[in-house]
Amino acid sequence: MEQEIKLLKGNEAVAEAAVRCGCDGYFGYPITPQSEILETLMELRPWETTGMVVLQAESEVAAINMIYGGASTGKRVLTSSSSPGISLMGEGLSYMAGAELPCVVVNVSRGGPGLGTIQPGQSDYFLATRAGGHGDFNMIVLAPNSVQEMYDFIFTAFDLAFRYRNPVMILSDGVIGQMMEKVTLSPALPRRTQQEIARDLRSWALTGKPAGERRNIVTSVQLDPHVQEGVNHRLQAKYKAMRENEVRCESFLCEDADYVIVAYGCSARISRKAVELAREAGLRVGLFRPITLFPFPYAELSALNARGFLSVELSAGQMVEDVRLSVGCRARVEHFGRMGGVIHSPNEVFEALTSKFTDK
Amino acid sequence: MLDVLMHFCPGCSHGTIHKLIAEVIDEMGMESNAIGITPVGCAVLAYNYIDIDWVQAAHGRACAVATAVKRLNPEKMVFTYQGDGDLAAIGAGETIHAANRGDNIVVIYVNNAVYGMTGGQMAPTTLLGMKTATTPQGRDAKLHGFPFKAGELISQLDGVCYFTRQSVHTPAAVRRAKKALRRAFDNSMEGKGLSFVEFVATCSSGWKLSPVEANRWMDENMMPFYPLSKE
Repeated sequence: MEQEIKLLKGNEAVAEAAVRCGCDGYFGYPITPQSEILETLMELRPWETTGMVVLQAESEVAAINMIYGGASTGKRVLTSSSSPGISLMGEGLSYMAGAELPCVVVNVSRGGPGLGTIQPGQSDYFLATRAGGHGDFNMIVLAPNSVQEMYDFIFTAFDLAFRYRNPVMILSDGVIGQMMEKVTLSPALPRRTQQEIARDLRSWALTGKPAGERRNIVTSVQLDPHVQEGVNHRLQAKYKAMRENEVRCESFLCEDADYVIVAYGCSARISRKAVELAREAGLRVGLFRPITLFPFPYAELSALNARGFLSVELSAGQMVEDVRLSVGCRARVEHFGRMGGVIHSPNEVFEALTSKFTDK
Repeated sequence: MLDVLMHFCPGCSHGTIHKLIAEVIDEMGMESNAIGITPVGCAVLAYNYIDIDWVQAAHGRACAVATAVKRLNPEKMVFTYQGDGDLAAIGAGETIHAANRGDNIVVIYVNNAVYGMTGGQMAPTTLLGMKTATTPQGRDAKLHGFPFKAGELISQLDGVCYFTRQSVHTPAAVRRAKKALRRAFDNSMEGKGLSFVEFVATCSSGWKLSPVEANRWMDENMMPFYPLSKE
């Protein structure tokens, strides 16, 4: 079969993937730099082809609660936003984790804090991996570094969301969302039919109480603390399974590396060029790219024998804490990153590497 | 209805309203086709009493939840059940926009002018001069603004096909209320838009009155400000 290849923005790739992965509904609110996701979906008009619902919500708060409602009926639902909007979704994400509902949330992040800038940022790492909302919960976080991965990860994210009945976040950034690259599109998958949902998901999904059977209740409230603690133990067992089974990462020239740059998303693309510059200068430098930020590839990073690790992020240093947890005191760990929407260049990353590890 | 003890206080209107909803769903033969959305507040546990599929929403967000449930499952009969703190304070935005979109859902709004579950604090609907846990000297418009007529506001929106204000404090009122609920649920299945059924209700615990006194107080104070619909 002939491959279908299109030139797309990262945001447009998300919309294409949503329609082709059998998504049932997208609910979202415009915010730069990700509004093309909603705009593209409205142009694609999937309600006329696959039957997918697309709705512009009145706020991010409404959007995530629409997602909660859609997910409660066993549907594949997607929302997207950028940093300030993701902050507003925190309560809803916590409810979804508590009620064990699957969904995919795309964060095309920008620089903060506050309204910040519409330019790219990677300062939502803590939000995504540590505190997506209140209470003890985690979600799998996928970090694409290309437009192709923006497309592919929508499929992966829905599989993971339903496997674990939990929200999955795709933590992208304004660079990946806005840049254009070739994307190989996969054949469209059909949406689940109502019969398939009733057959496969009735153990929890609301499909209308079948006559003579038990009703389903989707809730995250347990007034008895001992019952709530039991829920928490069950959730924690699920997060443990995620840690054991869902780590994804990628290495580039790390085998002989004296120094390893650790970077995800757009910083991984920039850092790969910096690694090439370093190699040209005769330095043995490699790149380690976490693809899942939760679960973080602690063991895989810890297995590297470099003398120094440089965490490169568009932030004041957030992922660097996970790099330190991986490496411990065995090697030096440093951070480099521009902030506020300024993007570091490969040369800046190379210079930061050489200046921070002067014993090269 | 499930044969279980209710957690509602003596004299509370919720139990009667629950029963009416259950009767209407039953008479319509929609038990296997209904999905309810519970709020945060005293009615959070409505799912323990009415034997259908339920989803419990974040505080104030029931109408957003219902929007997606209905749009993704248009063959289902979808309704929210919300108090005045949930709907008219924290959830005012979601309620107005669901109404304005004309989503084919039923919104059941129980207005007792007070936050019941958290212990009787002021709600947007609290009457002027009314004493609550957070207005111990009585609600003062200069300090707290005016009682909020959510029903009248919602009824102005083009997506709303039916607004009615009912109560369940007399047998005649109960009969009228049941008819109103039936009409609202029929509207939602006929795709006419959003139906908004308000109940002026008692909260004897929050008002610190006996059930009999609460009914009388509601008649004398709530009804003039929140007048019931004629039918």
